[in-house]
Amino acid sequence: MSLIATLARLEAVTTGRAQPAATVRHRHLSERPLVFVPLTTAGEAGAPLGALVGTDRDTPRLLVVPQPRDRDLRFAFLAELADIVLPYIDSYADAVEAAERSETDPETGKRVKVEVELCADAPQLVVPSRAGVDFVRLLGRSMRFRRTAEQDPETPYPAPPRVPLLGRWLTHFGERARVPGSSLLLALTEVLGRHWATGQSSLEDQHLGALLAWIDPPEGSTGAEAALHAELARDDRDQLLCPPAGPATDPAFDNKLLAPAIERYDRARTALAAAEDGLQADDRLGELTAAEREIRELVRSRTLPTWQKVWKGIDLLRELPEGAHVEERWTRDRWSFTGHRDRVVAGEPPQPRRDDAVTAANKLATREREQARLEAQEALDDPLVMAGRRLAGEAFAGEVVDVVMAYSEGKRPSPRPLVTVRTEDRPHLGERAKVFRSLGGKPQAAEFVGQEDEGLLVLRIVDKMGRGKEPEVGSVPEKGDRVCFTLFEHEQRGGAKLPDPEETPWTHGGPPGEQVPEAADSVTEEDML
Amino acid sequence: MPPPRTRGTALRQRLADLRGPDVPAKALDARALAALAANPGCRRRAILDGAGVNKAALASALGSPSAFGQSQFALTRGNAFEAKVKADGGAELLRLVHERLDPRAEPPAGASVPDLSAIGPEGRTARTALALREATEASGTWTLLDHPMLALDVAGSPAFLEPDAVVVHPDGSWTVVEIKSFPMLDGSADPAKVGAAARQAAVYVLALEEVAGRLDPAPRVRHRVLLVCPKDFSNLPTASAVDVRKQRAVTSRQLARLTRIQDIADALPEGTCFSPELPAEQLTAAVESVPATYAPECLAACELAFHCRDRSRAADAVTTLGRPVRAELGGLTTVEDVLAAARGRAGDPDDPAVAALRRAAQLRDEALGAMCH
Repeated sequence: MSLIATLARLEAVTTGRAQPAATVRHRHLSERPLVFVPLTTAGEAGAPLGALVGTDRDTPRLLVVPQPRDRDLRFAFLAELADIVLPYIDSYADAVEAAERSETDPETGKRVKVEVELCADAPQLVVPSRAGVDFVRLLGRSMRFRRTAEQDPETPYPAPPRVPLLGRWLTHFGERARVPGSSLLLALTEVLGRHWATGQSSLEDQHLGALLAWIDPPEGSTGAEAALHAELARDDRDQLLCPPAGPATDPAFDNKLLAPAIERYDRARTALAAAEDGLQADDRLGELTAAEREIRELVRSRTLPTWQKVWKGIDLLRELPEGAHVEERWTRDRWSFTGHRDRVVAGEPPQPRRDDAVTAANKLATREREQARLEAQEALDDPLVMAGRRLAGEAFAGEVVDVVMAYSEGKRPSPRPLVTVRTEDRPHLGERAKVFRSLGGKPQAAEFVGQEDEGLLVLRIVDKMGRGKEPEVGSVPEKGDRVCFTLFEHEQRGGAKLPDPEETPWTHGGPPGEQVPEAADSVTEEDML
Repeated sequence: MPPPRTRGTALRQRLADLRGPDVPAKALDARALAALAANPGCRRRAILDGAGVNKAALASALGSPSAFGQSQFALTRGNAFEAKVKADGGAELLRLVHERLDPRAEPPAGASVPDLSAIGPEGRTARTALALREATEASGTWTLLDHPMLALDVAGSPAFLEPDAVVVHPDGSWTVVEIKSFPMLDGSADPAKVGAAARQAAVYVLALEEVAGRLDPAPRVRHRVLLVCPKDFSNLPTASAVDVRKQRAVTSRQLARLTRIQDIADALPEGTCFSPELPAEQLTAAVESVPATYAPECLAACELAFHCRDRSRAADAVTTLGRPVRAELGGLTTVEDVLAAARGRAGDPDDPAVAALRRAAQLRDEALGAMCH
């Protein structure tokens, strides 16, 4: 954490309110995000208990698994979830715009531009916390290898038709969320934590209720008081007033409310199965329905507070103006979405359990590049982030005090003006170090020539001045201008190109060979999860 | 005439007094030990754990109840999974140990599973030590010890530990087995949970090494433990060998560094008692008489954390914002000191920490006030 962020946290402590950690919003927010608040069963991997999901804050859809250990009920839940999520995703798949992409021509081996489709917008999933992102990934993994009866009539326990497809999409969202700066799947606590500094530690910031309490404390109370209330306050039944944002539930809820309710449900179900005549069955069906309704109400009572908090958080984020480069990063998300849409349409198999060496290396390289891009773009978009970089000696800002025209040597002398900048910053500049400033959105490079005096830096501008002997108007800073140079590059170059998977060297396992369709997870009779 | 008191019985009596009359001691388990080793400088935790005080009850009595608990669903699932792994005399478990740790040994068939039941933790510990010796002497056979009991000396008082299982290999070496109910998905599990399991297993390895040290020749305690988890989304067991050398070294060093409980107890005022029966003010004073080193990580590991956080916040300590924050602020330890230094109201401008703070405050104000390009 930089000293600036630490100061912000300390100020939050004394003022009792979160302080800004950014002056603009650094993530894209969709007009119509799909909010997903899942709950899971303690101790069971990928056994959802229920969820609130939807795009309209006033009418969330409640999905519940009354007995999470029952495979059929779980499948019913997943099928319902697919019926909500997949139409939402599809609604973005059809509106496209023309775009260009360079591809290697298979015959000539040259890079050529090809016209392709790019989805005009992309879906966006919002979950309360980082644990929610992991859960999306887990759900995706648990579904994508399932077989439907149509795919394989022999399969034991066939999945409902659209469940494997949902699994592939959730896997894609989960993978994309690992790319720094991406916004297809957002964890609200992470995004809020990026924009506000609270008076508590970053560990405590992972509690959505406490985080919001600091950012927007209720009238007449400080952030610390409100956060404590959110963390610990319990009602007369020993239940947290602000239930955990999930997917894990509070053990007190499991033990005191949920377990007895599930037991009643199980009893009612056994009784219904044992009913001897129609009349008895009717009565017992009534009991079963009542027991199920009770569990539904319990799940609603635990998810609704989080649902409202997520929308509250989205409101708070919408108040911030969007950063200048956010749109560009969202376009990358749209490419990612379009790419996966095309893979699904082309009938490609689901994402493998393990990536081959080339895919894995590509993913890693992408994440590294996007991390560097994100850091550079956030600094350019936001003076508060830039202040942190200046403090760290990675950038400097100041006033131009002198400009001396100079030219390069050679047959065609080009302008190489010397600019003297007065700054109070202490950049770590080596001899002939390259520095960059933003000129109309494009980076202009300069070279560090030397330090004239304490705080007086001489730079030689080297590009973006046009082709003529005289630099274009406005391309050279003038005396009295405020300028801000960075030591880091503004745009990221791609790394060395990796070979095609078929040409994986033996050091990395050799070519992956013919792709065999991945087997579904083995299911056993007693396997209750 | 009563027998003369040795130092050991005196300490035991002192710790019982701290616990309060008729309050039974709470056993220190490996999880608590691993957490204790994570914050070795905390005297409060050392004395409370050492005296066997029930910290959850104490926290409630202090008015800052802890938020720990285990869901019965997780408990049921965990027990069911462990029972499944150990079914049929541990055949599946031994097969996994053989396959992952000792594939060159004879395949385990008809391994012995000695009965370890005895009265009281001391009795069970002795029974376990005996069973371990017998199993080691009977070379060429596999032995599975189901829930053995081990003792480890923690800051001068014994802690009793109960690993899920210990396996004695045909070559006489010992392996700790840890059975967990979090899934191993496509061959990998949640790193945080694996880390916690490894720290816990490291404590068992240390305790086993003490038992081994008393035998001649001392058998080898393997530093690769077996972690058994459910495979993917099923409840079929799968296993992975986990190297705990690093965790063992860290835990051993931290345990050695633990301030001796005797010294802490001696520094306490006469009559100090942590019984949850006492009124809150008296308890608060008692707890306050031992210094704590609170950091936000405590929230995940210690029942008393909310109380300590309250006190830490009341004392305006910057550590409440995290250990890294404390580290970068040099000698400034309170929020007020830092802000006063940053605003130029206090502090020596030649101190690099103060100078950096002032520069940071200036840059922050400038950025919040206006755009920079």
